[in-house]
Amino acid sequence: MNMIADVVVIKDVWVHYDSIPVLEEINLVIKEHDFLGIIGVNGGGKSTLLKVILGLIKPSKGTVRVFGDTPQISRKYIGYVPQYSLFDLEFPVSVWEVVLMGRLGHTGLFKRYSEEDKKAALDALAKMDMLEYKDRQVGKLSGGQQHRVFIARALAANPKLLLLDEPAAGIDTIIQEEFYELLDKLKTKMAIVLVSHDISAVSVYVDKIACLNHRLYYHDSKELTAEDLEATYHCPVELIAHGVPHRVLKKH
Amino acid sequence: MELLQYEFIRNAIMAGILASISCGIIGVYVVVKRIVFISGGIAHASFGGIGLGYYLGINPILGVLPFSIASALSMGWVSKRSRLPEDTAIGILWAMGMSIGIILVSLTPGYAPDLMTYLFGNILTVPFSDIVLMLVLDAIIILVVYSFYKEFLALCFDEEFATVRGVHAERLYLILLCLIALTIVVLIRVVGIILVIALLTIPAAMSRQFTSNLKKMMLLSINSGSFGFISSSITLFSLINSSYFSLIFFTRLDIIDPT
Repeated sequence: MNMIADVVVIKDVWVHYDSIPVLEEINLVIKEHDFLGIIGVNGGGKSTLLKVILGLIKPSKGTVRVFGDTPQISRKYIGYVPQYSLFDLEFPVSVWEVVLMGRLGHTGLFKRYSEEDKKAALDALAKMDMLEYKDRQVGKLSGGQQHRVFIARALAANPKLLLLDEPAAGIDTIIQEEFYELLDKLKTKMAIVLVSHDISAVSVYVDKIACLNHRLYYHDSKELTAEDLEATYHCPVELIAHGVPHRVLKKH
Repeated sequence: MELLQYEFIRNAIMAGILASISCGIIGVYVVVKRIVFISGGIAHASFGGIGLGYYLGINPILGVLPFSIASALSMGWVSKRSRLPEDTAIGILWAMGMSIGIILVSLTPGYAPDLMTYLFGNILTVPFSDIVLMLVLDAIIILVVYSFYKEFLALCFDEEFATVRGVHAERLYLILLCLIALTIVVLIRVVGIILVIALLTIPAAMSRQFTSNLKKMMLLSINSGSFGFISSSITLFSLINSSYFSLIFFTRLDIIDPT
């Protein structure tokens, strides 16, 4: 593995659910310090692609390499923020316990969490500005605060790759802005991939953008062609250009 | 204190406390992970083990132990791996276990004494040998939960994330189901197969109202369970004159167990 190794290399990956293809012929290379946004309609396979990178779903064809190894081996370097709506918010667990779960891969079975684990969890909470809510039950926080707890849980593992599934869902615009600014700071330390169905939110902040609708349209840049978008959304999409540095579409 | 002179009362109190410990700990997992249905399935399928015990002429509890573990493992495996919806698979195994039990009981020559004890339980007829077994099972449950506490918490809260963090979620889930099976063995003598589910859910659900911490929930459930068992024994005692009570008790034993 050389110094600027590719973080994720996906080659000709196909995934089928009950013989219906969800991902077709996916080829994707994620490099160090990439900040990649993957956009696409719901049901287009965005979460599936993240789960393939995490090794939670085995592709029916093709290979996935994360940090040069199988996803199962490299998982410990990946931070994962799942879709927000999937949690049981009545669950009797405190913010502190949730964030410590991010350290599970670092502590062996039968052992308690070490001082190092606790320090990493504290750092992650501090980074997300959630230290004062440490002992609160997760269900008793607001949506935006819960969201930050789940990001802190992912950061507690000190990941080299951060995967976020629909991170903007369920939080209001002001918090979204803070959140993207935070990601902007984090991207110097890790590669970040976030998936979303909301083009406008994603396109402003990410450095590179891809479209996914069973097939992946990606040019290793922030440029998408009108054809890519049409193939993804099945209809012409009006894009608002956010000033020159944030243009999504080329001038035409 | 007068009532402690009777061995069956002492056994009843010990059995009640031991039952509260196992169902207090495991019941909390059953409630927060929402696996009440699969627990009910394991409990009822264990009836096959009672049939096995009668058929082989051994203590039925010793038949239940392997049978409930086997049904826990097969239910866990089928519900995760097969293409059947989880609740359908549980329903099928639930019925299969019970019917195996009924077939084996009817194949056993003669009348099946105290069969009802295993269906509805009887805290006053728990023999000392079963209390020893309950003690051993409780110790195993406490030891395993103590060792895997943080993994179980992650598994129950967010199985997928636990997997991402390198926890063998499926293996751990099967271990949890085996602990449920052991709890059922502990509870069968006391409350019976049919009511196991009450003890796995009610104390945990009650304690959830008072705390949001899993460990505190377990302690509260154990306390409320023990309190329930002991207070009901005392209520029984104060309602009925003790000698009369023991008379009924032993007469009843004679009726159901002519040996």
